[in-house]
Parts: sequence; structure tokens; C-alpha cells
Amino acid sequence: MSDAQAYPHEPTGVETRKLGFWVFLSTEILFFGTLITTFLIFKGRDFPGIKLTDVYDIPFTSVSSFVLLMSSLTMVLAHNALETNDQEKTRVWLLATAMLGAVFLAGQIYEFTEFYHKGFELSTNIFSSTFYVLTGFHGLHVFIGVVLLLALWGIGQRQKGLSLNEGMNLEFIALYWHFVDIVWIVLFTVVYLI
Amino acid sequence: MTKIIEPKKQRNIFSRPSSEEGVWSWITTVDHKRIGIMYGYAAFFFLLVGGLEALLLRIQLSQPDNNFLSAAEYNAMFTMHGTTMIFLAIMPISAAFFNYLLPLQIGARDVAFPRLNALSFWIFIAGGLFLYSTFLFGTAGAPEGGYLAEEVSRLASAPNGGWFGYQPNAGLKYSPGTAMDYWAIGLQILGIASLVSAFNFITTILNMRTKGMRLMRMPVFTWMTFAVSFLLAFSLPIIAIALFFVTFDRQFGTTFFLTEGGGDPVLWQHLFWLFGHPEVYILILPAFGIVSEVLPTFSRKPLFGYPAIVFAGFGIAFIGFGVWAHHMFASAISPVAQAGFGLSTMIIAVPTGVKIFNWLGTIWGGRLTLNTPMLFALGFIGMFVIGGLSGVTHSVVPADTQQTDTYYIVAHFHYVLFGGALFGIFSGLYFWFPKVWGRMYNETMGKIHFWLMIIGFNLTFGPMHWLGLQGQVRRTWVYAEETNLGFWNLIVTIGAFILAIATLVFMANWIYSRRKGEVSPFDPWDARTIEWSIPSPTPVWNFSKAPEVKSLDDFWHQKYGEDEDGRAVRREGTDELLLQLEEEGLNPKEEIHLPSPSYFPVIMAFGLPFLGYAIIYKSIPLALIGVIMLLIGGFGWGTEPLEEEFESSEEEPESGESKNYE
Repeated sequence: MSDAQAYPHEPTGVETRKLGFWVFLSTEILFFGTLITTFLIFKGRDFPGIKLTDVYDIPFTSVSSFVLLMSSLTMVLAHNALETNDQEKTRVWLLATAMLGAVFLAGQIYEFTEFYHKGFELSTNIFSSTFYVLTGFHGLHVFIGVVLLLALWGIGQRQKGLSLNEGMNLEFIALYWHFVDIVWIVLFTVVYLI
Repeated sequence: MTKIIEPKKQRNIFSRPSSEEGVWSWITTVDHKRIGIMYGYAAFFFLLVGGLEALLLRIQLSQPDNNFLSAAEYNAMFTMHGTTMIFLAIMPISAAFFNYLLPLQIGARDVAFPRLNALSFWIFIAGGLFLYSTFLFGTAGAPEGGYLAEEVSRLASAPNGGWFGYQPNAGLKYSPGTAMDYWAIGLQILGIASLVSAFNFITTILNMRTKGMRLMRMPVFTWMTFAVSFLLAFSLPIIAIALFFVTFDRQFGTTFFLTEGGGDPVLWQHLFWLFGHPEVYILILPAFGIVSEVLPTFSRKPLFGYPAIVFAGFGIAFIGFGVWAHHMFASAISPVAQAGFGLSTMIIAVPTGVKIFNWLGTIWGGRLTLNTPMLFALGFIGMFVIGGLSGVTHSVVPADTQQTDTYYIVAHFHYVLFGGALFGIFSGLYFWFPKVWGRMYNETMGKIHFWLMIIGFNLTFGPMHWLGLQGQVRRTWVYAEETNLGFWNLIVTIGAFILAIATLVFMANWIYSRRKGEVSPFDPWDARTIEWSIPSPTPVWNFSKAPEVKSLDDFWHQKYGEDEDGRAVRREGTDELLLQLEEEGLNPKEEIHLPSPSYFPVIMAFGLPFLGYAIIYKSIPLALIGVIMLLIGGFGWGTEPLEEEFESSEEEPESGESKNYE
């Protein structure tokens, strides 16, 4: 606020919007936590029909997981570039992050269609249902992240460029993006590896 | 004169709303006080609707073998009564208090994110309307060959699976039609509203406190808001996912909660009550906070054991996540789990008891003023203790399995949520009436309201205890004459109508006093917290300059010192201080920039019901409308600064997502 001097703020020392964003991420943990718990509960049970182990392709998913992890690196590079106020590099790394995210999404879509054709459908059995809802929910998060990154890239095209202080901050999107990545590490382990 | 600066107009998708009066000024407002007032009126409207539904239920049960309502209608009514009262009445009316009071109590000019605040209010409205549109568009059928297989009236075309929607009863097989979809998606939308407001309040309390307002100087009501916000933030995601599963089960043929496909109905119960029990504390903790403000004021003593009451509140919130399975003792859970949850249920009574003793300690030896808010606060303690005690009896597993699904349970939770939460809320409504409207309510009518309410309340819910112990089962629409339950049921119905009359008295008092009530001074109660140090009704800018807080109950200590015996003595300069405060509060010296109104929260919020309809009717056009509204809202929001610039020479930074500017 422009009268920030007269009206003191932020006794915690954390910027208000960032604090709000952290609270938001903490509830996201609960969202994914509930989904993962449900997945684990059903994982141990007997169910009829085709199983994930019959259809999945670990090397393929590993590669797309690697792509997603690399996008975290490019996100950090974008943030670093912005800290030194290098607008051009920031834009490049932002776009790179969005593209890597899009590649991951494409991989997921390919994977889902492949599974579907092999008969592993949403309502095939309880396991397939939890699988699709869990990974689909994560995919939705990646999708939203890609949209946000592209929006930020678009804003960066304007004359004034981006800044770390005002507007929809690159830092928040970075937080979100890293969070979504970390969730995927957990999901990949829980769903595919164990 | 006021010095609110007229902002320069800027172009956006729409030109910025600028009216300060009239309907549009309310629709586009981001002022926490106006949002609070709208929350209050909307929630009270739904309270009346839920009350009417309850009266229909009571008419049906007033005599044995009655056929005032059909079975299908009865199912719809009790489901909608519960859902309405919890999600559309008590929760939002607490939100009304949070919105109005929280910034005032911590000395802030607004909440942390004013437009997010407007967004949560409008999502609540959108969700409420969506849920109630089931009476227009919804269909509720009956399983083939079931006893409900009859032509269903509009009144019955509402969700009918109970407010906790147990599976598989609420699944597609036993609840065909779209009504339960309206329920699942409606709750989903309402959940978003509460989640958003929880982010907002947590951030506000942590970051918007004025100078010197340390955590342990915050009023207890603020503390309880803090606890409730955490409960909301951590319990709503669970029900959101569970409702997600239900919607998938009903719409896309999955079997998360259906045994025929390997799913697990008990999982629904776990997920639901893992949310549902914290929800109980979401409903009651705001009332705890209100009562903790009212009792010290009218006992003219500081709150007894302030830290204890704060920590007890958080203890309740924390343990509240560990008692959920006591709702499920009659379900398939192991004896070990039953014993564990029985124990934790006994344990959670301890912090609650701490609070009760603190309140008693507060009024002990005080000089009590028995006016309406105080009467309601005292009534709250009495009724809540009864409800709390019958609650502890449920921790005894064998007894609980006997009482499950009887009117004993109905009696218990109405003593807690009506005698507890609602009495606390009425106390708060009277207490802060002069603050909000600058006028005084009518004391006589207030007292009539209280006495009618406490008599009607006990007549209604007291006999339910023994009706339940005699075996009257909850949620059955008739009982036979031979059961001998007729007499007490008639009494209960009479009690319910007394409650209705009491509510009418309250409304008459409100409407009358709002227009013609005596003009009240800004500190009519000689109160303790800083929201009373500013003029009534609260000026748009709240505090003309940021107050500096030096102690707990700061306003009181400005007015009163202590003599050698520790008794409160009015300071000499108090009268001048009050005059000076009023003068300063009405005439701010510095320039004040308030957040500007915005169209975008409303647009975004009303995109959600379209998405809901799109899922139910599998309609792409409806989904597109919803998505477009969300996009317009989000984009406009992102590109619109919170306050209009005053010397705008540069372009505003923009973004594609709904986030606030400071």
C-alpha cells in the first residue's frame, strides 16, 4: 500500500501475498495426501481385470519424469536471471519451463491413451479409477502451471518486463511449479515403483 | 470532512465500478464490513429456509402415522435442513463475524486480500443458489421396486441421502436422479468459498496486525478465527477429494465407494468424518470466541485465564482431527480403533472443560449486567454444557452403539450447535449491533427473544433425549401409535413453533431498531477491545490512523487504571479521551487509500455453477460458459490493480491469474 509507512504491515516479515501462497500450498498437500492415501488403501486389495503392471512402461515414464524435474531447474534459472534483471534470459527460461511442462503433459496424454487402448479404462476396476483420478489431478496441476508460465512469459514481452516486486510474481509461480514437481516425485515412486 | 481520494479512472475490460450507493456498489464491493453484512443477511436467509424445513419435519412428526409429508419429501427435507443449517447458515454467519470484526480487532484497514474476500462471498452465494436450484431442476427417484417408488413432487426433488451422504445409499443405485449430484457439487463449490476465506483470514491475522498487536494481545475472538481458519484449511481438502470421488462414482461409472466394484463404503465414512468432525469445531469455535468477548465486558472483569482459553482453543482444533471415528462406532471398524477413538473423544472434552471453567471464572465475582447479549452468552454456557456432557456419553462405545441413529444423537448435536453455536451467534449479533448500525437494539424485545428461545429450545430438544433412549429412530418419517412416542413428539413440535415465534421477535427487533432504534454512543458497553475505540457505525476507513496497542484489552486500559487493591478505576481523562477518539475517528488526518471495488470476483464466482451444471448434464456449452467466465474474471482481476493508481503514468503490471496486489 502506498501509505505503508503510516500503516504498519507484515509483523511476520514475510510478504503478505507470499504468506497467503504458502497457506494455499499447505492445503494442496492435504488434497494430494487424501488422494495418495486412497490410492494406497486400494492398492493392496484384490481387484478383477487388468493391472497397471500389465500396461505400464517404466522407462517411458522415467523419461517424462526426468523432463519434469529438469523444468524445475529451468524455473530456478529463470528466477536467477530475473534477480539480475536479465529480462531476455528470464523469458527464455520461462518459455523453456513451460515447454518442458507441456512435454510432460503430452507424455501423460500419450500414456493414458495407450493404457486405454490396452483395456485399462477409468472404470475397469478400483485400481484404474484411483490411478486415473490421482495422476489426472496432478496433470491438471501441471496444466494450470503451464498456463500460468505462458501468461507470465506473455507479460514479460511487454516493454516494462517482469519484476520480482510487483504483480503476479514469478516467485509464486516458481513455488507452485516446484511443489507440483515434488508431488510428482512422490507419485512416481508410489504409483509406478513400489 | 473525509479525505478519501477520488481515484483516476483507468481502462480495463470494463471501466472500474464507481458507484458508492445502490445495488452495484454492494455487488462490486471489496470492503470487509459490507461483505460481512452481506454474509450475515444471506446466511440468515438460509437460516430461515432451514428453519422452515425443520418446521415441516416437525409437523409431520407431531402425531403418529401422520401423512403431512410423503416419505420422499421427508427425506429431502431432513437432508436439506442439515445441509442448509451447517453449510449455508452457521458457517457463513460465522464468516460474517470474521469479516466484519477481524480487521477491526487487529487494527487493520481491511483483510489481507480484499478481492479474494469478495470472491469467497460470491462463491458462497453461487454455491447456495446452485444447491437450491435442485428444487427447480433436480430429479430424485427411487430404486426400482423400492418403497419410495412413487411420483415425486418438486418438494422431494432435492438431495435425500442425509447431510453426510453415506454411501452406497447416496450412490446412483439407491439415489437415482440428479439431486445428489447437486448436493455433491454444491458442497464442492461451498468448500472452495470457505477454503479461499481461510487463506485470507490466516494471512490477515499473521500479517495485518497493527503496531504492538502481538499474538498474545489479540482478542480471543481473533484467536478463535485463527483456529477455525486452520481447521477449514486442513479439513476441507479431504471432503473435496471425497466429493470428487462421489461425483466420479455417480457420473463416470467408477466404484470408489461401491463394494460391487471393489470400492469401500467405509472409506467414505472415514473421509467424510475426517472432515466432518473438525467441521463441528468450525461451527462452535466462533461462538466460543464471541462468548469470550461478551462475558468479560458485562462482568467488568478481564477474561479469566486468557492464555489457557487460547491454548484450549487450539487444543480442541488439534485433537479435533483425531476423534472422527466416534461417528462410526456402529460401522465396520476394529475394536482397537473403537477403544482409541473412545479415548480421544474423552480427551477432547478436557480443553472444552477448561474453557467452561474459564468462563465461569470470568463471571465469578463480577458485576454482571444481564442484558440480552449477556443472557445469550450465559444461556450458551448452560446449553453447551448439557450438549457437551451428552457428547461425552458417546465416547462409551457400547452405549454409543445403542444410541446411534436415535433422537438422542439429534438432541445432542442440537444442544451443541443450536444451544451452543447459535446462542453464541445471537449473543454476538446483539453485542455488536450498535457497532455495525450505530443504533441500539430494543432491550425488552431482546429479552423476550431470549426467554422465548431458551424455553422453546429446551422444549424442542430436551424431550428428544428420552425419545431417543426409548428408541425413536432418526430419519424415519412415521412412527406407530403403539410406540407411545406421540406425547413427547407433540411437545417437541410445540417447542419448534415457539422457536419460530422467537425468531420472528428477533427479526422485528432487528428491522425496527435498525431504522428507529436509539442512536448509540460508540462505546455503549464500556468495552475492552479496540474495535470499540472507533466511531459507530464503523467508518469506511476503520481506523483513521493505525492504532498502537500496548496491552491485552488495550482500550480498557486506556480508560481504566487500577487502585491498590487491583480494582479498576476510571482514569480522569477518560471522558476527554473518548471525545477525542470519536473526533479523530471521524476526521482522518492522513490521506486514505481504500481498495477499489471490482466486478471480477462476482464474474469468477458465478462461473462455477455453470461448471457444476456442465458436469451434471454433460454439456459442453455450459462448461464453455463457465470456463469463459472464469477466464474473464481471472484475466480482468490479474490486470486490475487493487487500488486505482493516483498518478498513473506507467502501465500496470498484469498477470493471468487471480492474485492480489498489495
